[in-house]
Amino acid sequence: MTDLVWLIPALPLAGFLVLVLLGRRLGEPGAGWLATAMCGGSFLATLVVYAGLLGEDEHDRSVVKTLFEWIPVGDLQVDIGFLADPLSITMALFVTGVGTLIHLYSIGYMHGDRDFPKFFVYLNLFIFSMLMLVLGSNMLVTFIGWEGVGACSYLLISFWFTNEANASAGKKAFVTNRIGDWGFLLAIFLAFSSLGTIDYAGVTAGAEGLPAVTATAIGLLLFVGAVGKSAQIPLYLWLPDAMAGPTPVSALIHAATMVTGGVFLMTRVNPILAAGYDWAPDVIAWVGVITALVAATIAVAQNDIKKVLAYSTVSQLGYMFLAVGVGAYVAAIFHMVTHAFFKALLFLGSGSVIHGMHDEQDMRRMGGLRKLMPVTAATFIVGWLAISGVPPFSGFFSKDEILLYAWGSGGVQGKLLWGIGLLTALLTAFYMSRQVFMVFFGEPRWNDPVPVAVGGGGSDAPADDLGEAATDADAVEVADHGEHGDRIEPHESPWLMTLPLVVLAVLAATAEIINLPFSGDLHFLGHWLEPVLGENEAHIDVATGTKVALAVVAIIAAVTGILVASLIYLRRRVKAVEPRVLAHAWYYDETVTRFVGGPGTKAFEAVAWFDAHVIDGAVNGVATLVRTSGRGLRTVQSGFVRSYALGISAGVVVVLGYFLTRLYI
Amino acid sequence: MIAALEVTPAWYLILGALLFSIGAFGLLVRRNPLVMFMCVELMLNAVTLTFVTFSRTLQDTGGQSIVVFVLVVAAAEVVVGLAIIVALLRKRPHATADDIALLEG
Amino acid sequence: MIQVELVVFVIAGAACLAGALGVVLSENPVHAALSLVGTLFGVAVLFVAQEANFLAAVQVIVYAGAIVVLILFVLMLLGVDEMEDLTVEPLVGQRIAAAVVSLGILGLVFGAIASTGYEATGVVGEIDADVADINRLGESLFTDYLFAFEITAVLLVIAVVGAILLARRPVGDEIIDRGQDERAEVIAERMAAAEARAGGTDLDESADADDDEADDESATEEVSS
Repeated sequence: MTDLVWLIPALPLAGFLVLVLLGRRLGEPGAGWLATAMCGGSFLATLVVYAGLLGEDEHDRSVVKTLFEWIPVGDLQVDIGFLADPLSITMALFVTGVGTLIHLYSIGYMHGDRDFPKFFVYLNLFIFSMLMLVLGSNMLVTFIGWEGVGACSYLLISFWFTNEANASAGKKAFVTNRIGDWGFLLAIFLAFSSLGTIDYAGVTAGAEGLPAVTATAIGLLLFVGAVGKSAQIPLYLWLPDAMAGPTPVSALIHAATMVTGGVFLMTRVNPILAAGYDWAPDVIAWVGVITALVAATIAVAQNDIKKVLAYSTVSQLGYMFLAVGVGAYVAAIFHMVTHAFFKALLFLGSGSVIHGMHDEQDMRRMGGLRKLMPVTAATFIVGWLAISGVPPFSGFFSKDEILLYAWGSGGVQGKLLWGIGLLTALLTAFYMSRQVFMVFFGEPRWNDPVPVAVGGGGSDAPADDLGEAATDADAVEVADHGEHGDRIEPHESPWLMTLPLVVLAVLAATAEIINLPFSGDLHFLGHWLEPVLGENEAHIDVATGTKVALAVVAIIAAVTGILVASLIYLRRRVKAVEPRVLAHAWYYDETVTRFVGGPGTKAFEAVAWFDAHVIDGAVNGVATLVRTSGRGLRTVQSGFVRSYALGISAGVVVVLGYFLTRLYI
Repeated sequence: MIAALEVTPAWYLILGALLFSIGAFGLLVRRNPLVMFMCVELMLNAVTLTFVTFSRTLQDTGGQSIVVFVLVVAAAEVVVGLAIIVALLRKRPHATADDIALLEG
Repeated sequence: MIQVELVVFVIAGAACLAGALGVVLSENPVHAALSLVGTLFGVAVLFVAQEANFLAAVQVIVYAGAIVVLILFVLMLLGVDEMEDLTVEPLVGQRIAAAVVSLGILGLVFGAIASTGYEATGVVGEIDADVADINRLGESLFTDYLFAFEITAVLLVIAVVGAILLARRPVGDEIIDRGQDERAEVIAERMAAAEARAGGTDLDESADADDDEADDESATEEVSS
């Protein structure tokens, strides 16, 4: 059964190829159904492989299936192969599962779009690349998938590329990812040179023998790659801009799957992290938690419905890296799974809202939508409660586990990490509640002439914030809804879009059962991932009483956040505080632009000059040398016979002299 | 002292060398084609003189045989060369060796 | 007692060198040809001194008698007997380079001769001293070098055929001898100058000048026909 692991990426690949050739012929909605079927088939195949793995004994749950030899060069042996083990199958399960739901949703969302088949071409290609990433048996196959998802992300973000802002956003994503990829590549080189292999089997086996320096270097270089892919500080700035893409793209790529690639990678190479210096995982943890906090602060002041969710994604990814950093890999994967469910749910829900509001994305123009879009509202609220960390929804359990391990990682650092994580949780609850109240509750504002900031007693967010938010949001999701004219009448979305919402809501509400903390036996996910993680999973020594106390504190934080938000945005008792600096994301984007435009450009120009004059100069110099020497030598061909005769005579003298000296000296 | 001087073969060889180098110099310096021919004949004569000298010192008739061949070849060469010069100078009466440079492409 | 060979060598050698220098340094090509004859005679004498009598005879007959005459023929025929301006050298550095090269050759050959200790080194053959050199030469040519001998015969035939072909006037070609016009001009100039000088008083001189002129003109006429 596990032999069928190759089928998992093969089906989306087949879908991609068929759609490339016949997509336009199939048209709408045939192309969409085909893509969804392929993704669904892939999900079924994953289930089959999962069942196969379950049937194996615990210690045999790592199956490598090699398709063919790809690079046999000297000592380097790279095959195209798949590794079916607990970690990769877990990833594959939710990638294909959530992916199928999003494919279904997209059939409804992209209805009427001119390039309907092309969308599904890219979606299937993306699923294929993501599956290569998670199922790869060596670092290079993972890298292929890594690059593939980066490319598909670019293609899908700039799907409506006729708008320049969308195209720029796509380029920004690709370029920023590239910086991360540089780190990944260096890590591959380093791994090969120190271990002689880049297979995961070989890497995990050889990691213990690595000197700490090398292991730390590899680990941190891979982390650079993860920072790029998973949008952590300092490479997160592509993710908010990536909201220019269609909402299903945001849901699939920038919430549930691609951005989790970084966390997956770090988990995959956990032996290397364990073999390095102790401070290396601390770096990861701190980067994660700081990113979580900063992103949460920015989300507080955003007015575009998708931007809030984008920064929220960055923040939640920070939590996952915090978990990885303190050694709580199970918690990281747990949060990844639950996050996939509720974040996809939230994004799809926001897409439904946008669709119903005829492409309006500014939350200040929404309000009171729960009556007009009941299913969307209900599912969105489930997602909201999950992400805010309210029990019994799944988000509470996964987030609480991370905070617990942070607390238990020891020392002052552990407490600090926990504290910042807690603060972030509070902010998360706050801004998500803000979003829910602004969108679904309150008075309808969509027919107001000018969007005013929401919140009691006015706000100090002046009008130009609107312009910035609107263009930044790249809210030009061109769908065919012109017939309603200026007066917007929001409506519920079709079943194609609401069915996935319902399914995801159920999952978000119940996903915690895979890893309940109440008793060791209920730690299904923990046991399942044990073969992969082995000794490297952190074991914390915290009394049960402390655990309960921490959980209670977390709940209080969440509730506080919700209450404060309701005071400001629902009951309008308190004035809203949305400082400009937060709305502008701490001016990070502007700083980067100014740097790249200023000193950065000078540096690039210097490099380009070097390339043009030194490197090209060397090549051109050879040509010039040939030309000038040819010109010089041409004068010998004068046509004067006497000169030629002179040359011959001189030659005679030389030859004579040579022979005479050779004989007699 | 002059009475004690003996003409050794080396003297002939040296004379031959002198003739040869004078002929070479003349060939490179003169522009009149017929004078250049004469310088070539000078060189050939130097060579024949050397051959005969060696034939005598090494007691080998081969040297003299070669001289015969050199003579024949020199004659043939002169004939053909002069024919060419006649053909050339008929068209261009005052041509010198340097004017062949006009043939250059 | 001064040896005969020494005297002969000195005289003949001087003749050779004088002739060689004359060839190279004469402005007038005819003078050069005559100097060449001197060299050839000198070499012939040296052949006799080396007991190569036959070759000496052949040298005189073929070289001095045929080749130099041929050259003189062409010189006179084509009027290439004009003086070459030896003070001018169009190619830069040619003279110096030529001097260097010829001195180089001279030096190297000297060196080669000196390095052998002024002795001839090589395989020593055997010659029956009683047999005359012409007999020996004939035997060598017709036995050891027979093939080469026959080839040279072919070579001569080819040379003759080639010469006839090359020097033939193309059919229907006009005879252009611009030199003749120039010469007529020069003669006319000289005539005018002579008349101006003489003033027409000396009839004999003018008569001689007329005769000369008539001879010149008839000579040029003969050449052109």
